[in-house]
Amino acid sequence: MLLDSLFNGVAIGSVLLVAALGLAIVFGLMGVINLAHGELMMLGAYTTYVTQLIFKLPLLKPYYNAYVIVSIFVAFIVSGVVGILLEKTVIRKLYGSPLETLLATWGVSLILQQFVRSIPLAYGTGLVISLIIGLFLPSVFSSKVKESINFKYVKFSSWIIAALAGVLSGNLISSSVSKLSRASARNVDVTAPSWMRGQVEILGTAFPKTRLMIIIITLISVIAITLFLNQSAWGMRIRAVTQNREMSDCLGISTEKVDVLTFGIGSGLAGVAGVAVSLLGSVGPNVGGNYIVGCFMVVVLGGVGNLLGTIFASFGIGIMTDLIGAGRLLSIWPDMPLPLSNTVNFFATTSMARVMIFALIVIFLQFKPTGLFPQKGRMVEN
Amino acid sequence: MEFKNLKLTKKTTFVIWVLIIAFIVAAPSILPVFRLNLLGRYLSLAIVALGVDLIWGFTGLLSLGQGIFFALGGYCAAMYLQITSSSEFPNNIPEFFGLYGVDNLPFFWEPFRSPIFSLFAIWVIPALVAGTLGFLVFRNRIKGVYFSILTQAALLVFFNFFNGQQKLINGTNGLKTDVTQLFGQMVGSESIQRMFFWFTALLVIAAWFFSKWVVKGRFGNILIGIRDDEPRVRFTGYNPVLFKTIIFSIAGGLAGISGALYTVQSGIVSPQFMTVPFSIEMVIWVAVGGRGTLLGAILGAVLINYAKSLVSEALPASWMFIQGGLFILVVTALPEGVLGWAQGEGPRNLLQRLGLKRKIETYPSLEIKNETEGLKNE
Repeated sequence: MLLDSLFNGVAIGSVLLVAALGLAIVFGLMGVINLAHGELMMLGAYTTYVTQLIFKLPLLKPYYNAYVIVSIFVAFIVSGVVGILLEKTVIRKLYGSPLETLLATWGVSLILQQFVRSIPLAYGTGLVISLIIGLFLPSVFSSKVKESINFKYVKFSSWIIAALAGVLSGNLISSSVSKLSRASARNVDVTAPSWMRGQVEILGTAFPKTRLMIIIITLISVIAITLFLNQSAWGMRIRAVTQNREMSDCLGISTEKVDVLTFGIGSGLAGVAGVAVSLLGSVGPNVGGNYIVGCFMVVVLGGVGNLLGTIFASFGIGIMTDLIGAGRLLSIWPDMPLPLSNTVNFFATTSMARVMIFALIVIFLQFKPTGLFPQKGRMVEN
Repeated sequence: MEFKNLKLTKKTTFVIWVLIIAFIVAAPSILPVFRLNLLGRYLSLAIVALGVDLIWGFTGLLSLGQGIFFALGGYCAAMYLQITSSSEFPNNIPEFFGLYGVDNLPFFWEPFRSPIFSLFAIWVIPALVAGTLGFLVFRNRIKGVYFSILTQAALLVFFNFFNGQQKLINGTNGLKTDVTQLFGQMVGSESIQRMFFWFTALLVIAAWFFSKWVVKGRFGNILIGIRDDEPRVRFTGYNPVLFKTIIFSIAGGLAGISGALYTVQSGIVSPQFMTVPFSIEMVIWVAVGGRGTLLGAILGAVLINYAKSLVSEALPASWMFIQGGLFILVVTALPEGVLGWAQGEGPRNLLQRLGLKRKIETYPSLEIKNETEGLKNE
């Protein structure tokens, strides 16, 4: 019973964690809350759907079972590229005014939502492909080419190639997968491959395999991001800029590159979260909105100084949601006095559990206003 | 934050006001009933926009949760109307209670039998809720983006709560006011709606004068001080918590009044008033109109909503694109809003671009950036 509850809590928490991880890293570095984070998750979820349909084509049919694994990487790239584009076009201009960024990213999220409603997914895929090629093709050339004065022509022509590739692949996909050729605002469903259906029995309790898979995805993402931040050179630069932007800039770290990279990684993680979300339920234009507020709670509760804060906060919220929302306190302590048990019953729905958790967080903030693991410093303003 | 305090010249303000009043006076005779009703609703939204302008434009607090107070005001008004017109229903309580097997009016609705209490409740309750929430948050020096996402989370929490409580407030269905009675007439009838239009127009003007009075003088100066450099205000000996709490609850009260007026004119209040997009839209009305200018908030609310209804009637799918674009455009290109743009160098620059006006030969005032500016923003 207790194990069951713990597992459910950890499952809820791990979706929150993988979704909030990207948000927290970007917030820590740039002080920017990305309201389009939920929509980047939605893009990840739709990417899973598209990947699934493409793997049903005769050519890729033998590898169908592997599509979930492939889509994790594809979703990371798709959301990451959209995030990089967002940083380069909008967020960079608003540097230093976080509230304005908040509003601008909300605008982006509206556009993305309407985009998946009114553009056929096949052409959307084509557009994303041309974005990927256009952004990355110039960087494959050697630095000698880059320094020559004709590099702008190289850039220009690679965008033309990218556009062509996008149109071609869009047409190809829409002609071969009929489901993707029409725009629709309806929700779509991702079906898990056969090896992910069913349950596993551990210690006499049955665990659904999809949830285990999500926990594994989360675990791998957290380990990967920790290793990246702590072991790699760019990770070190990101940490340096997070701690003190001016000083890092003075020491020769290109803060601009760090910003793009971090935003790309944060958005990519949203895409991975989208894969996890698509395994839990149907995918629609509003799917991100259901998770985004949970992510905000995690960021507020966890603080921005440390990844540990994000981890503790998301599992804490996950386990509390399960404990309160499913009314498990009653089953743990059956002969609770009546007024108390009435209160527990009153909050024993998912939506009322949110109400309770918000109240708890506001109370918690009275004691630790900057979250579990605040960033240490002596600045007046932070 | 690099943001000049905008001051409209007396002449411009006067001209705009003459236009507004002329329009309001002429509206009932030139607009069809449907459009007049829409205009009335949008005017009531202008009141909540004034509140948003007070807290965001003047004090620098971006609240994404004004929908809470808006809906609270709406619920207070709707419940009063439902209770007063419930005499023909069993137990003398509104009809929907019967659906969920509730026989007695829940105790906290009891005072709403009195019209005077209800009139006060419409703005006092939202103001109290805003004050409490604000105090708990400001006390800990939570501000900036943290404050914004906390208000958004609060909004969602209230939405969940109101959505789930059928037995207390009819849950997701909301409370209808159309078929209730006021002064012996149906609230949805044309004559009452016409009266509400006038009433709303008067209250918008009253709210404008009130907001003007609030931001004038020393109180207003402190608000602007908090917006531009809060630590400095604190070090000078003022307590920003107090001022922020007061202005936040004023904005909450204005939102409540606005919600009540909007409810009686649209015929229903429901948890939909507390959805996240609606509350963020309120911010964009102010941003487009020109934050820091009270008139801008009013104009922004009315014009954007009118544009929204016109565009969504013609091309339903495109409004989201337009609105999204508007958000991005207004923060990147027009940070001071339309009125701010018109007041500043904007029109002259435009005319110069078009070649209609000669360039000034002397140097324009140089914008020397303070060297500490960059540090302060961190």
